[in-house]
Amino acid sequence: MIRINITSVFVDDQAKALAFYTEKLGFTKKHDVPTGDARWLTVVSPANPDGVELLLEPDGHPAAKPFKKALAADGIPFTQFAVDDVFAEVERLKGLGVEFTQDAVDLGPVVTAVFDDTCGNLIQLATMK
Amino acid sequence: MDGDLFKAIGDATRRTILDELIEKDGQTLFELCGRLTMKHGLASSRQAISQHLAMLEQAGLVHTRRQGRYKFHHIDTSPLRSIAERWPIEREEPNP
Repeated sequence: MIRINITSVFVDDQAKALAFYTEKLGFTKKHDVPTGDARWLTVVSPANPDGVELLLEPDGHPAAKPFKKALAADGIPFTQFAVDDVFAEVERLKGLGVEFTQDAVDLGPVVTAVFDDTCGNLIQLATMK
Repeated sequence: MDGDLFKAIGDATRRTILDELIEKDGQTLFELCGRLTMKHGLASSRQAISQHLAMLEQAGLVHTRRQGRYKFHHIDTSPLRSIAERWPIEREEPNP
């Protein structure tokens, strides 16, 4: 049976991304394998260490940066992570200096917020009600 | 100028955009689109919302602010003053 084992986010600097995604967001490092000029670098949620991995993928391809820039300009998040309580997580992350382009908003079935991952992406937080 | 103003507020979606900016000023295009879709069931495309914002901006009712890589939309209700100036609101005498 086919299944989703990995998803990725394009980052401008893998070391910086690893620090942000682990120290600020709270993911843990799963794989870190040298692959020539980059690393096969993945993180997982401590809530599900054997679950879906997030690949911190270099954005070296010339098409990646304009794409990321265009999404960011319109405030469009590249992907979404789930948290138990968006309101509380926004406060926690702001306390760590994380910048938000959208504060927590109650949209009915879901509460969302959007922050800057410092690696060129906006990321959405969501709590389904 | 007046023509732009009346045209801008003559559309229900554009009025809803202004309502949402009154509730929370300084939003990205993405946030506005999310609010219109989720809260108001307006299934306009991002391009359509972008064009609505351009018309509101033309009328001076919305200003965009660039902050780093991001663009935020702010409401400015001051152009609406010209309506009350043109047709002053007289307070009714209370009936005895």
